[in-house]
Amino acid sequence: MLFRIPKITLWRIIIAVIVTLGIYYTVIRYTRGLGAVTNLSDKFPWGLWVGFDVITGVGLAAGAFIIALAVYIFRIDTYRPILRPAILTGFLGYSLVAVGLLYDLGKWFDVWHPIVFWNPHSVMFEVAWCVMLYLSVLALEFSTVVFERLRLNFLKQAIHLLIIPLSILGVILSTLHQSSLGSLFLIVPSKLYELWYSPYLPLFFFVSAVSVGFAMVTMESFLSQRFLGKGIELNLLNGLARVNVLVMAFYLTIKILDLANRGVLGAVLSLRFESVMFDIETMVQVIIPLLLLLIPAVRTSARGLFITSLFIVIGFIMNRLDIAITGVEASSGTSYFPAFGEIAISVFLVTMGFLAFAFAATYLNVFVHVQKKEETPVEIIHDV
Amino acid sequence: MAKMGILIDITKCIGCGACEKACKMRNDLPTGLENNLSATAYTVVQERRPGMYVRRMCMHCENPTCVSVCPVGAFTKTAAGPVTYDKDKCIGCRYCMYSCPFSVPKYQWDRVVPYVQKCYLCADRIAEGSEPACTAACPTGASIFGERDALIEDAKKRIRDNPSRYTDHIYGVQEVGGTSVLYLSSVPFDKLGEPFTMQLPHKPLPLYTWAALEKVPTIVVVGGVVLTGIWWITSRRDEVKKFEERTQQHHWWQAGMKKDDTHKGGERR
Ligand code: SF4
Ligand code: SF4
Ligand code: SF4
Repeated sequence: MLFRIPKITLWRIIIAVIVTLGIYYTVIRYTRGLGAVTNLSDKFPWGLWVGFDVITGVGLAAGAFIIALAVYIFRIDTYRPILRPAILTGFLGYSLVAVGLLYDLGKWFDVWHPIVFWNPHSVMFEVAWCVMLYLSVLALEFSTVVFERLRLNFLKQAIHLLIIPLSILGVILSTLHQSSLGSLFLIVPSKLYELWYSPYLPLFFFVSAVSVGFAMVTMESFLSQRFLGKGIELNLLNGLARVNVLVMAFYLTIKILDLANRGVLGAVLSLRFESVMFDIETMVQVIIPLLLLLIPAVRTSARGLFITSLFIVIGFIMNRLDIAITGVEASSGTSYFPAFGEIAISVFLVTMGFLAFAFAATYLNVFVHVQKKEETPVEIIHDV
Repeated sequence: MAKMGILIDITKCIGCGACEKACKMRNDLPTGLENNLSATAYTVVQERRPGMYVRRMCMHCENPTCVSVCPVGAFTKTAAGPVTYDKDKCIGCRYCMYSCPFSVPKYQWDRVVPYVQKCYLCADRIAEGSEPACTAACPTGASIFGERDALIEDAKKRIRDNPSRYTDHIYGVQEVGGTSVLYLSSVPFDKLGEPFTMQLPHKPLPLYTWAALEKVPTIVVVGGVVLTGIWWITSRRDEVKKFEERTQQHHWWQAGMKKDDTHKGGERR
């Protein structure tokens, strides 16, 4: 037989449907304009694609810079096995953000304009540059894995020489744009609901990105273990969860202090739609995960850590969507719910991300075993 | 050039829509009056209270949010007052629409290559020494064009001369740091609907962002130094550890040899 008919499974059918819809709406978006696919309007110019694909996507990919910081700068070698999966997620995540932007920008073919037309007063300009540069950093960091596979050892070594400056650059760029995504909203004090609008938005965005970065690494590891049989050791995930407890506790503390400071703590108890959303978001993103991690049985089981991380990730997504969409609905004088086409494209992009991750994890040496520690980059740097 | 502006006296507006028609003609926009600002209506007249007409248009802020947020600098606040838009620079991120405190910029949602649309205060006509098409068309003097400072004096005088006719507030002198378009009203502005009901700060909105943006160079420099420092310390620490391990191994190896030595050495002696 020349052709082998692939096995038809439920998952494959679902993926086929998602991809077909994705392609269909892509064609419509590029031939008939934003209005034909989205529920966006003059009153509501930013929707799911900005809120989820771009703003949330960048946050979900934050794991890469934290683990790179731990391994290359602090040289905590125990976390080395997490490095490659984290950088892969980062690279794929930021690539998807770039693709998402191509859908959302009205004049997507001019996406390169910030390179030549500068406006240093614009947060968006700063974010554009940081994301552009950081995507290059991630590509270089991850290229070592590809070179290794292609047995292009001299290239791999060449990049290893640069790995420390690259990581330092990556950490700085990430700190800047993760917080700047929060700064995007500093300019709408009269539009964004009072529970979310705060002069400390940049700090909140940064700290919550760090927290969700840990959670994403944990989730990926669990899922890879299940579906690909490759993952990270439990004690490492446990260590990440411990650090995350500190990060989340810090986040919760500064959030409460900020609310109290601005005198809007009472709004938390209001039954306004926004307040309820704020409460749910805070519960899911921080309070429930913190409580769960207090339970030893949760902390020490892969499933427990996975579920905790799932809460953090969902809460994080809610937080970003609340700020970009829910929080400005009242002042916009209209309501917005994404059109089917918007959802289809977002789901399509996320699915592509998962497939790319699975592909890379299968064919590249992403989950390195601890025994291979001698070959790891820092050692090579020492020898060079 | 002096800073120009428009004074809109709501008490004088009869809601005829002459300004809107003139604007549409001037800008080749599809005719027919519209209810809201749109990609095809840079100005509209809305009856906000019985017999009370509010003309909406771009406020041409003194320190405009749109100019500050646009990542490619597509907007410019010109010396004469108008805030203009360069459609070739624009990438269509719509941050200007999201953040404009007066929700002025509108979008061509139905186009494959869409642009942002808004009033540009007829910048070309002003440059020629003429006045905007809309103020020229206004039959009652409800919209008048002039130097902003002179318009403010004029407005103050109207309130002084006729305190019963006006609420004592010139909208646009202080809101978000001032705007080139000014309003006078008979009722308090917060009774006139959006955007007047919105509690706008007197501080220009771009300054809120700048408070965060100005820290960027510091973060880069301090971050670079601190991270390099940490790396230097940790790598020194590892080197020292390695060195110590090596020397310890050496001692152990020597010790091991010595054990042997005592045996063999004894023979040698
Ligand atoms: S009203 Fe809006 S669009 Fe007009 S100048 Fe001010 S910020 Fe820009
Ligand atoms: S939509 Fe165009 S004009 Fe508006 S901020 Fe984005 S690039 Fe600038
Ligand atoms: S100034 Fe010009 S563009 Fe603006 S509303 Fe008047 S006629 Fe229209």
